Amino acid sequence: MGILTLTAVHKNFGETEIIRGVSLDIEQGEKHAIIGPNGAGKSTLFHLISGLHRVTTGTITFKQNEIQNKTPYEVSRLGLTRSFQVTNIFARMNVFENVRCALLWSSGYRYSFWHLLGSQGEINDRAMEVLDQIGLKNKALFPAGELAYAQQRALELGIAIAGGAELIMLDEPVAGMSHSEASNAVDLIRRVTAGKTLIMVEHDMNIVFDLADRISVLVYGEIIASDKPENIRANSRVQEAYLGEVGSNA
Amino acid sequence: MMASIAKLSLWAGYLLVLLALPQFFDSILSISIFNQMAIAIIFALSYNMLLGQGGMLSFGHAVYFGLGGFLAVHTLILIENGSVYFSIIFIPLVGGIFGLLAAIFIGSFSTRKAGTVFAMISLGIGELIAASSLIFVSFFGGEAGVSGDRTFGPLFFGVDFAQDLEIYYLAAIWVFIATVFMYLFTQTPAGRMANAVRDNPERAEFIGYSARRVRFISFCASGLFAGIAGGLFALNYEFITEENLNAATSGRVLLMAYIGGLGYFIGPIIGAVVLTLMNSLLSNYSELWLLYLGVLFLLTVMFLPRGFAGLIMMHQVAWLRGTLRRLALPYLITGIPAFIFILASIAMIELSHTDGEVFHYLGVSLERGSSIDWMLIGGIAIAAFLATRKSLQQLKDAWEDANTLPGDEDS
Repeated sequence: MGILTLTAVHKNFGETEIIRGVSLDIEQGEKHAIIGPNGAGKSTLFHLISGLHRVTTGTITFKQNEIQNKTPYEVSRLGLTRSFQVTNIFARMNVFENVRCALLWSSGYRYSFWHLLGSQGEINDRAMEVLDQIGLKNKALFPAGELAYAQQRALELGIAIAGGAELIMLDEPVAGMSHSEASNAVDLIRRVTAGKTLIMVEHDMNIVFDLADRISVLVYGEIIASDKPENIRANSRVQEAYLGEVGSNA
Repeated sequence: MMASIAKLSLWAGYLLVLLALPQFFDSILSISIFNQMAIAIIFALSYNMLLGQGGMLSFGHAVYFGLGGFLAVHTLILIENGSVYFSIIFIPLVGGIFGLLAAIFIGSFSTRKAGTVFAMISLGIGELIAASSLIFVSFFGGEAGVSGDRTFGPLFFGVDFAQDLEIYYLAAIWVFIATVFMYLFTQTPAGRMANAVRDNPERAEFIGYSARRVRFISFCASGLFAGIAGGLFALNYEFITEENLNAATSGRVLLMAYIGGLGYFIGPIIGAVVLTLMNSLLSNYSELWLLYLGVLFLLTVMFLPRGFAGLIMMHQVAWLRGTLRRLALPYLITGIPAFIFILASIAMIELSHTDGEVFHYLGVSLERGSSIDWMLIGGIAIAAFLATRKSLQQLKDAWEDANTLPGDEDS
């Protein structure tokens, strides 16, 4: 059994069935991409795994813990982190504070009101390291809400990876970026997820085929194929359901 | 290292100012104003822990101030009866502990959500407690409130705190301690996460924190310090009534924190000082001071969303670039007609409000019945308003000039 296992996961919103029996097994260290047409339920699946939504039926197991009924912060504490499709940062705090906050729990500070964080010491050094990794070291004291879009996306990634989670989930990490920004972002993702397990939702097929070891295709709440990139490309059902559609749009 | 020395000297300066103030202003009136300021500073800073740092808009913060104050007065009565025996210098702490207990109880359900839900619950609790205070007469004393006497209990190094000045020094020490601890709170994990939850509660949950728990901790800390302020109030006035925990008091602390500037630690201190001064001095000159306060609040919300502290901080760039002096003349050019406009407006407001036929204003006697007087002031007001408006452009240009680096001009 892999690091993350979904078994017969269903999610209904009222009468509407959005996720219709998804089973998926993600191996430790795997780079897994989830693709599918708009409205297929990719983001909902992310929300279910990360605890934002509750499953209707089915189980989700992360490192031998059943997490389908846990809150986002409980899931996060187990070492599962995620980014968001829409930039989701702490806009009024500076860039450094954004990353340092993301480090607090994993550094063992919990809800402490008796430790002073100061400007020296391990957590501050570690926050600067993360800023260095995501290329925002020279923006450390800049208000996060005033960064350029691509920089906010980098910060979003920085917040997600800062705590050293083993499983990183990225929801359309390069959406809305220019070509060169996207290619920088892909390099960055590759660097910061080295040795970690990655699940990503992405529309840009070049990036998906470039980054992923394995691809799952989600169509109308069901996974119709889950395989190596070359097999997915050759799969006729996938071409019909998804790749063909993208091709005709392009 | 340099930064920490600068910070320490700032704190030392703060303490020095607090302790030295009575040397320069020693009238009974000024000491009484300083005592009010001390109370207001702690109260406003505690409010800012909620709204400025934690994103919780409370309309019922006076509850913790008032409950702390009531328990403090009851403790004074116990000391007077000889039931308990300790120095009254610890009375603010008694208030604080009761404020904290109240906050633990109320916060346990009110901090579940921020935003409108939190605001409405705070309003409801505020009304509830204010109404109870007239029902549970044995604790709250009904409309008359309860009163005590601070001069009982053991002497503190020979001081019995009968004089307001002695209370001032005690208050100054408490203000300093409370300010230091509230500042230090902002530097702790719980304090930093309060900012994070304010900005984005959803994301905070995905980095391991329960937004509700983070809010709860800030809420409790805020209740503690509000209670300390209430305890200080009890010591200063030796009585407390329902008025000190009702919506009007809650509204006043919101105004203080907002006008001072929510985004800055020092903002509520500025707000507390300015509003206490307005409250004590302006009310001697005009019955309409609440109207002026309301106008000041409106103008702040509309034009200075970051308060007085924000206004001061806006000048940081020009200060660092050494171009601040270039703004002096433009400020005067706009400031003088603006000031005349304000004076003329006040003249009209007061003239229409005055009971007598003649109103003495700035050495001039204005007649309410005289249309010439009215036209004269009205004319001055309109002319000053137009002059102010016309002068805004030069101020804008000067501002651009002072805040632009020589290299930036091409862009």
